[in-house]
Amino acid sequence: MSEVAYTRAEMMIAAAARELAGTRVCFVGIGLPNIAVNLALLTVAPDLKLIYEAGAYGAQPARLPLSIGDPTIVTGSLAVMSQADLFGLYLQGGRVDVGFLGAAQIDRHGNINTTVIGSYERPTVRLPGSGGANEIAMHSKQVFVVMRQSKRSFVERIDFRTSPGNTPGRARGPSVVVTDLALYRFDADGEMRLDSLHPGASLDDVRAAMAWQVRVAEGLTETPRPSEEELRLMREVLDPERRYLR
Amino acid sequence: MTKPEATSKVTSLREAIARLVHDGDSVAIEGFTHLICFAAGHEIIRQQRRELTLIRMTPDVIYDQMIGAGVARKLVFSWLGNPGVGGLHAIRRVTEGAEATLELEEYSHFGMVGRYIAGATGLPFYPLRSYEGTDMPEANPAIRPLASPYGDDTVYVVPPINPDVTIVHAQRADAAGDTQVWGLLGSQKEAAFAAKRVIVVVEELVDESVIRADPNRTIIPGTIVDAVAVVPFGAHPSFAQGYYDRDNTFYVEWDAVSRDAAATAAWLDRYVYGAADHAEYLAALGSGVRERIRPSGPALAGPIDYGAYR
Repeated sequence: MSEVAYTRAEMMIAAAARELAGTRVCFVGIGLPNIAVNLALLTVAPDLKLIYEAGAYGAQPARLPLSIGDPTIVTGSLAVMSQADLFGLYLQGGRVDVGFLGAAQIDRHGNINTTVIGSYERPTVRLPGSGGANEIAMHSKQVFVVMRQSKRSFVERIDFRTSPGNTPGRARGPSVVVTDLALYRFDADGEMRLDSLHPGASLDDVRAAMAWQVRVAEGLTETPRPSEEELRLMREVLDPERRYLR
Repeated sequence: MTKPEATSKVTSLREAIARLVHDGDSVAIEGFTHLICFAAGHEIIRQQRRELTLIRMTPDVIYDQMIGAGVARKLVFSWLGNPGVGGLHAIRRVTEGAEATLELEEYSHFGMVGRYIAGATGLPFYPLRSYEGTDMPEANPAIRPLASPYGDDTVYVVPPINPDVTIVHAQRADAAGDTQVWGLLGSQKEAAFAAKRVIVVVEELVDESVIRADPNRTIIPGTIVDAVAVVPFGAHPSFAQGYYDRDNTFYVEWDAVSRDAAATAAWLDRYVYGAADHAEYLAALGSGVRERIRPSGPALAGPIDYGAYR
């Protein structure tokens, strides 16, 4: 085989970026989502308007910022807005098509914990908390979650519900979850469903990396591997220092 | 240069903190990743304020340093982390396990913004469509559901917040405190209007005519400002759009320093207590810093015409 080798992180980013095809306005988080949206901008979604949580719309970062707050997201953007405008007019006002979230823990309905591990009053690990995650989950038309998968992160019961998941008949919470092993969507009753396995990951691998018996799509497919062009853009243009792609 | 006159609020940062920040006060140093006034945080540490309630959407490294130095008893916030790097370890030491001593009051970002707006506009609460279906209202009883008086809709409300002092860093202000910002705007305007006292710290003091030439850029009017201090690079290691870049190296290196209580104390000894002011802090960090955070070039806004109407 002459195909280029790639990492699990690269597969996760490429899969997330492809999901953005046709999206108009995307609310960007830092880390892996940041690379995924910028990859989408260079491939499947050239007209994508990026909103960075720090308060810039139509950002065209000239370098990959370490944090969502960086002067490069302002210079050359279409608009800069206050936090009041960002959360009130843009997000709660329903103007965001896709929002990205990370998660320390997620359950089968897509409820997300980014607040504490352990009890709230006496946590064993104090995590960042909501920030804008609660609002992003509540108000984006679609919510994409990008996270690494394990028995510790895909749990039966999360320690704290920071951002709401899906409940039957209610359009809210995550719509797509992309991990280092697979891609999931949600059934109409709000339960997560395994839709696609990344190349090299088996159903057993996926089951060993989650705490509940996962529902599997009838037409379970294999995620197309990252193309040479996707890999070139990630490695040479978006993250040449390999801060996120390891 | 501005002539000294009766309306001037220009003072040293040391004098501003000594006069306007007291033990037990609630203090908001706002700025969403941009224009975070580290210089003021360090001066509060130097003057050994105690029992403060610190308020900020994103506590960032400055509150990690301040809480590591022991100035606070309580933290009101919405996102606790070192952006792009990881946790805030000095704060983790006083919030995790049986040793937890710092009181936390926690909202989402829009919840914090709403608290400032309610505080600034004299409302008893601010309504928002956050929190439903989550554990946040249970963790913080100040987040409450409210039935709409216009239908069967339920929203959540958050209470107003009125900091004793809000501190804002800005690119420029005049001597009366008319303050102009460009780049990321955060919630500084709302936090300043909500406050009982306001300190503005600027990169440059400019003549009133400079402010009047571009009034759309003013976010805080002098009428609500108590003191203006001039501290170049006062937001380092955060950034000032057009003046200097975010010092990402500092943010990354803080992670290792803050993981160890002794290393944190030694850092504070050398760079805060051991420096008389922000200029000495910058000097102690070494000459490479200014070079590292210099913008790679200018990006000028085109001139616009306000028109003259006589």
